[in-house]
Amino acid sequence: MRYIEFDKIVSSVESLCVSACYELSEDVLSALESAAKQESNPNAAEILKKLIENARIAKAERIPLCQDTGLAVVFVEQGTGAAVKLSDGQTLDDAINAGIEAGYEKEYLRKSVVKEPLKERKNTGTNTPAVIHHALTVGDKLKITVMAKGGGCENKSQFKMFKPTAAKVEIIDWVVDVVKQAGADACPPFVVGVGIGGDFELSCLLSKRALLRNIGVENNDEFYAGLEEELLSRINGLDIGPQGFGGDTTALACQVETTPCHIASLPVAVNIECHSHRHKSVII
Amino acid sequence: MSKVKQLKSVLSESEVRSLKVGDVVAVSGVVYTGRDMAHKRLCAAIDGKEALPFELEGAVIYFVGPSPARPGKVIGAAGPTTSSRMDAFSPKLVACGLRAMIGKGYRGDEVREALKKFGAVHLSTIGGAGALLSKHIVSAEVIAYEDLGTEAIRKLEFVDFPAVVAYDSHGGSIYGEK
Repeated sequence: MRYIEFDKIVSSVESLCVSACYELSEDVLSALESAAKQESNPNAAEILKKLIENARIAKAERIPLCQDTGLAVVFVEQGTGAAVKLSDGQTLDDAINAGIEAGYEKEYLRKSVVKEPLKERKNTGTNTPAVIHHALTVGDKLKITVMAKGGGCENKSQFKMFKPTAAKVEIIDWVVDVVKQAGADACPPFVVGVGIGGDFELSCLLSKRALLRNIGVENNDEFYAGLEEELLSRINGLDIGPQGFGGDTTALACQVETTPCHIASLPVAVNIECHSHRHKSVII
Repeated sequence: MSKVKQLKSVLSESEVRSLKVGDVVAVSGVVYTGRDMAHKRLCAAIDGKEALPFELEGAVIYFVGPSPARPGKVIGAAGPTTSSRMDAFSPKLVACGLRAMIGKGYRGDEVREALKKFGAVHLSTIGGAGALLSKHIVSAEVIAYEDLGTEAIRKLEFVDFPAVVAYDSHGGSIYGEK
């Protein structure tokens, strides 16, 4: 068993959320740059260039990319040979939340979490608790990914149960319609995460997990890679464009993840992500 | 979309009525921030005939919850939040003299009717460009609902803040039917 210090987790998570909110990942920046070159609508191309300029200013002047520095969604993949040194009463989640709190406080990130959803909605003041998803894997490493997920795009995400006999085109039509409904509200150009299979909650989780894949890396199954391509082409034919003012660039990518499901079911979830797609990972 | 129109608050009805969908504008002067909770409180204050924290006649509201300012800076990132979440509240504020709102995305039919009836516009700025847009804000001061934190009402001063007329006072929308 390999032991990892509690404080190592705290400092790693702190760095991830700060870097995510100030430095646009290389994959997203390259996708914006190539979209700006290929965009046929000059107004849309100008807006894309402003988004690239926004990323430059954010990094150089230490101003967050977006004022909505997100709900921290954390994915943990823990090798069965890796353990975290904990005191009595502590869990790995405590270390993750301590890292989020430190990063958001020290680096002037917005705290956007309320303690409960309906009664008073009082801000916790720490941007915690994070939403944390755990998975066990082989090996003795611990991989942590932090996504700073904006509220505006998350609000436009949807779920639907299809009949198991549904044709591919029915799913495509629905996903495209979800993106159309998100439209100008959710900060296009998007990254569209699609989760197919599993059950009610797993398809939603998959749709978010699909966003973690770097832009440009396609599904390793030929059929689903084709589905991604077809979806992206249909989505970019919607003429929503950057800021919703029209153009060829409604999405930078569409990423599909799948998992086995019940013979009676075909659950599909779409997680809409804005162009300020903030995701950073570390392997400890 | 060619010549940039200068808009300096406080805005008059005739000034706002002259704006058309697609006009590129640069907003300067005093602008108040307000998002979900602040709108709910403003409308409750109007219903209760209480004093409002600022004069609505001719005012501009920016739908934003900025990130905290670094020491020596006036504000953090300050891009728009989704305007449609304010749809239930905006008509009442427009009826009280609000002349312009700045945000992102679509507005509902009741808001569009209010823009026509009372003479107001909805301006769209670039969602997710909070770092770039913050450079057009030269002062910021919390003036009401401080307990709301980022959602408190702030009095901002804008210099040439870039936006586009997305809904005008003649029923037009930059998004077509939507």
